[in-house]
Amino acid sequence: MNAHELHGESHGESHSNCKHLLADLSDYLDGEAAAEVCAEIERHLADCADCRAVVDTLRKTIHLYRTLPQPTLSPDARSRLFAALSLPK
Amino acid sequence: MAVPAVDGASDAEYERNLLQRIQAGDKTACAECIDLHSAGVYRLALRMVGSPEEAEDIVQETFLNAFRTIDSFEGRSRLSTWLYRIAYNTALMRLRKKQPLYVSIDPPAADDEEEITPMQLFDWCCLPEDDFQSNEARSELERAIAELPETLRAVFVLRELEGLSTEETAQVLNVTISNVKVRLHRARLWLRERLSGYFTELAHAAQG
Repeated sequence: MNAHELHGESHGESHSNCKHLLADLSDYLDGEAAAEVCAEIERHLADCADCRAVVDTLRKTIHLYRTLPQPTLSPDARSRLFAALSLPK
Repeated sequence: MAVPAVDGASDAEYERNLLQRIQAGDKTACAECIDLHSAGVYRLALRMVGSPEEAEDIVQETFLNAFRTIDSFEGRSRLSTWLYRIAYNTALMRLRKKQPLYVSIDPPAADDEEEITPMQLFDWCCLPEDDFQSNEARSELERAIAELPETLRAVFVLRELEGLSTEETAQVLNVTISNVKVRLHRARLWLRERLSGYFTELAHAAQG
């Protein structure tokens, strides 16, 4: 499998929509795509293993970064900030 | 310092009151504002410049600037949006000073104008959950976020990590709503591509 195939240049008609559908994937995964776009994407995914892999791994990527622990401003840094701004702690 | 709980309809009212108190020179209100918004400002700064020390400096500059110019803030956007905007511009100025001729040579290179075509087509979602939650995997993800092209990274951090709306993100970055949507989509594809290299290798290694 390679990107050449994803463009539909070696699979024929049924895969000519890969690149076109790619543009709507974020809306699709965010639940913001129109019903007809969702239906079109799902029809295509049923037949295209490459696009299924892209959608699955994109969904997983989104989940991974959304559950990443967030960096925090340390209490020492907060104290320095308040001191620099001459504010009551 | 305890920060009053704000939610729903009282949010806007609380913010108007806080703004009036800051504009009147109330230092307790400034402290309250910092306790409400410094964490988000710090995270944005850190994701933009990469160094905790420099991010701390940016937080300081952001609030110094904000309190100095608070009279010019008319409340047309949320206070947090305005603070993110100041922090983003401060971070950007520092980046410009440091890397005026910076060009990334690491693939997959992309800027906000470039289409990202998926090249990695192996479905690595079959890996055990432990492989996604390991310190190594998290470091890989942190590195990938740090390597996002700058214009994609700002949109990505504000929308996906800070939870700003598309409209608020557009206000912070002074770009159009459609530009935010396009950049977020490209950032996601870029990160998927970047992580796929790591996770595909892991999956192949597990298969022997």
